[in-house]
This record gives sequence, C-alpha cells and structure tokens, in this order.
Amino acid sequence: MKKKKFSWKQVIINIIAWTAGLIWIIPFMGILMASIRPQRELIHGWWKLDEVTISFDNFLNAWFHPTAPIGEGIKNSLIVTVPATILPIIIATLAAYGLMRLKFPGRRVLLVGIVLLLSIPQQMVAVPLFQTLLDFGILNTYQGLIITHTAWGIIWITIFMRNYLTTLPPEVEEAASLDGANRFQIFTRIILPLSLPGLASVAALQFTWVWNDFFMALITLYDPAKLVATQRIPLLKGQFSVDWGVLSAASLLVTAIPLLVFVLLQKYYVKGLIGWTSK
Amino acid sequence: MIMKNRLSKLLEVVVFIFPALILLLIFVVIPALKTLSLAFLNAEGQFVGLLNFREVLLSNDIINLDRFPTKSPPWGALIHNGVWIAIHLPSVVALGMILAVILRDAWGGKVIKSIIFLGMITPMVVGGGIVTFIFDERSGVVNGILRFLGQDQLIRSWMVYPDTALLALILGSILLWTGFSLILYSSGLSTIPQEWYEAAEVDGASSIQKFFYITVPSLKPVTITVVSMSLLWELKVFDMVYTATGGGPGASSTVLALRMYSLAFRALDPNRSAVIATLLTVLTLAIGLLLVRSTTKIQE
Repeated sequence: MKKKKFSWKQVIINIIAWTAGLIWIIPFMGILMASIRPQRELIHGWWKLDEVTISFDNFLNAWFHPTAPIGEGIKNSLIVTVPATILPIIIATLAAYGLMRLKFPGRRVLLVGIVLLLSIPQQMVAVPLFQTLLDFGILNTYQGLIITHTAWGIIWITIFMRNYLTTLPPEVEEAASLDGANRFQIFTRIILPLSLPGLASVAALQFTWVWNDFFMALITLYDPAKLVATQRIPLLKGQFSVDWGVLSAASLLVTAIPLLVFVLLQKYYVKGLIGWTSK
Repeated sequence: MIMKNRLSKLLEVVVFIFPALILLLIFVVIPALKTLSLAFLNAEGQFVGLLNFREVLLSNDIINLDRFPTKSPPWGALIHNGVWIAIHLPSVVALGMILAVILRDAWGGKVIKSIIFLGMITPMVVGGGIVTFIFDERSGVVNGILRFLGQDQLIRSWMVYPDTALLALILGSILLWTGFSLILYSSGLSTIPQEWYEAAEVDGASSIQKFFYITVPSLKPVTITVVSMSLLWELKVFDMVYTATGGGPGASSTVLALRMYSLAFRALDPNRSAVIATLLTVLTLAIGLLLVRSTTKIQE
C-alpha cells in the first residue's frame, strides 16, 4: 500500500517521529547514565561527556544499601508477586466459568456487582482493610498483602476471563459432556487448555500490576525488613539531598523485572491491555 | 437421583463461585461499606449526617478558593486533581492519536512506540523519581535545555517550589502515560478499512482532511476508553506524587488520594479520610458507569 517514492510528507513524518522518540528516551537515558557514572560527573548534567567513567558501584550500593537494600526488596516483591499472580488467576477463572455456565439464583446480580467493583478505588477500603488484616493476624505479613492483591485481582480477572471464555466455541464442551465428563473434568481438560492465551495475558498484566503496586504495600507492610521493592524507592530518595546514582540504579533494578515480563510476553501483554480496556 | 443431581449442582457452585465470592466480600465489599459508614460517623462513632462532608469540602485542604486561581498553589487537593485532568487528559488523547498515525508510517515506528511505552511498564513510584530527576536544578535535562536557551530565570529544582511542583508533576505524568493511549490508538488504527482512505484520496482529500474526517471519527470508541481510563488514573494518582514531592511543598502538589492517606494514617482521622475516599469512589463509579453504558451502546 505504501508509496516507496521520496516525498516531503514522508520526511516530515520521520522528523516528527524521531523527535518524539528522542524526547521520550531522554529521561530513561538520564537514569541509565546516572546509574553507571559517579556523582561528580553528573553534577553539571549527565549529557556532558568530557569525562566518562563507567562503574557498577551504584548498583552494588543500591543492592546492599544500609537502610533500604533493594536486593532484599526484590526478593520480598517476588515472594508477594508470584503467589498474588497465580492465586487470583485460579480463583477468578473458576468464577468466570461458573458465571458463564452454571445456573444459580443471583447469578446476574453477582456479575453486575463485580463489574461495579471494577470502579472502586483502593482508597475506599484502606482503613477497614488495615483493621481486617489485624483481626486475622496477618497485618504486616506477606500473606496479608498476597491475599489483598488476590482479592483485587479476582475482580478484573473474573470479568476478563468471562469475556474470553464466551469467545470459545461451545461445541467442544457439549461433545465432552456427551462423553460423560462432569463440570470439573470439562473445566480442567477442555476449558483451561483452550484458555492458555487469555491466561498468559492475565498473568503478564497481574504480575506487572502487583509488582508495581505501592499503595497496598504501604498500608499492609511496615516492618523495614519486609518492605517490597517499590516501598524502598521513596526511602532511597530521602528528604533533602538525593544521591541520583544510587536512586537511578535502584530504579533500573526495580523496573527490570516488569520490563522482562513485557519483553517475554509482549504479544499477550499488549493484547491483554487492549482487550481489557476496550471491553 | 434428583437428590444427587441437586447436590452436585450445589457442589459446582461451591467450588466455582464461593472462593471468589468470599474473598471479594471480606477484602473488598465489607471494607468499602465500612468506609462508607465511617464517612457519616464522628470519632466517637455517633451518626452525624453530612457534617464530615461539609467540613472536608469547606476546608482549604480540599478546595482553597482564596488562592485559586489568582495565586500560586496550594489550591486544595480537589482542584489539583481538576487541574491535573484539565492538562493531562487532552494532552494524552491528542499525543496518543497523533503519534499513533505518525509512527504507523515512520521508519522505525515500532521501536519508538516501545520507547514511549516504557513509561507504562515503569512502576509509578519510579516514575516519580524520574520526573524529579528531569526537573532537578543541576542534573536535570529540562534545566539543561533552559540554560542552553538562555532562560536562566526559569532554572530551578521544579519540585521544591510551590508554584512549579504541581505543573512539573503533571508534565512528567504526560510523559509516562502517553504510552497507554498510543498503544490503544495504534491498535484502533489497524481496524479502519484502508479503502476509506483510498476513496478520500480519489476525492482529492488532503492528509489533514483525512485525519479529521476519517481517522478521528473512526477512533471514537478508542477515545471513549482512553478518556475514561485516563480520568480514573488522574483521579487516583498517588504513587508518583508520594515519591516526587510527598504532596509538598506546603501541600502545593497534594492530591485527593494522598490527602486520604495522610488523614487516615498520619493524622489518624479515619472519618474525614473516609469522606475523601467516598468522594473519590462516587467520581470513579460515575466514570465506570458511563464507560459501561457507552461501550454496550456501541456494541448494539
């Protein structure tokens, strides 16, 4: 379709596109440069290249930081994020299938209720949730944060998976039930394998959102040794003079994990985001 | 036989529905209802009607009409969120749409798209750090450019002055959030039939005309999604403000979610914090309902 011949329009389009690319990469270049160069070279701007010393000291200093070690934060984030991705996927996919196939009183009310919950901000539950976790004895524990993320994940994953399951052909299920398979067998042997692409999208997004979460962690975890990675970033920034080298290195380390998820699952990630937000 | 059938039906509902239902009730629905009730109680637990709402809405922390719009911030958290929406929303819609069209035809457009999308992958706490860094007086790139342009009177660490902190945060948030609208518009573009453009070319339409008469109207469903998701984000913005300024200096960049947090967990005033949470929920619920209505309308 595209014309191959030279045109001024094409030149202008490319100039705008690359200017935009430059504007958007500059902040990330800054973080990268600040993380691999010593403080004295950054003081008049990281873009000054008269003297360039590359060292990974900032990464080591961030990883083993005396008050907010990022290495420990990343470990804690993984302890929370992995179960807080797997559990809601299992529970919500069961619910999504149940809402689609099972006939029980209150089915529609439940579905509409979950759709309404999508719009509730986390601020609306913060104070009573704190009390609930305290009552259960899981305040300031990983379990408390995991179960909180699981409950919030269930909301969107149930709706997402319900939409996804309705696109599967019903014939395969009918054939299986004629063969005498019960609901649970149909679910595990037919529905789950067919849902794998949808589940990959959900996993990529839920993992990233839990990893990037700050608000829920702030409310549920306060023991310095238990803080997750995102909670340590404001601590590293401090109140007054900022050590940009250490903060940048820490930022890159914390961002590396969701970036890796995005690179590995890019297709599912983007599909999930588009499917999720436009349905 | 019928008995057994009923029992297995019940078992199905228990296995498939109950785990989700119970977790939602304990960790979302009941806490939300408790917050709602807290908004109507005083510290002693007595019902006080709308008194808390009155006090919160009339306080300078939320709406400060003595300073808005003639003096510099603080203008109050609600107005700050409003200003955020007024600047951020049109910017991300316009940038996302225009860049989607341009990057589709540009050489290396896919790479540039990934670069812009980096802001969406970055945790917003980190985003707050990045934004502070680019506006830093000596190491920040914005001040580097201003120095290069000879605009020395503007050079400063933008986050530590009340008249620039909010603006710097909003500009930074545009940088971080454009990736979202860009990705959605890019996928929307691919659904517009190529023949429409070809027909318009036959009629002698210019690129600008094609953009306004074909692209913009065809992308309307995407725009509805982008607008409502961005509104939700702008209302709930918290992480990046917390890292970058903590709402300061002197509350000049505070937002509703941050006020809610500091009232609840710093000032230990759960009732007024519940008022702000309830206000936020009313706003987000309204947007959510509009979104559901408009998307079902389009599908019909």
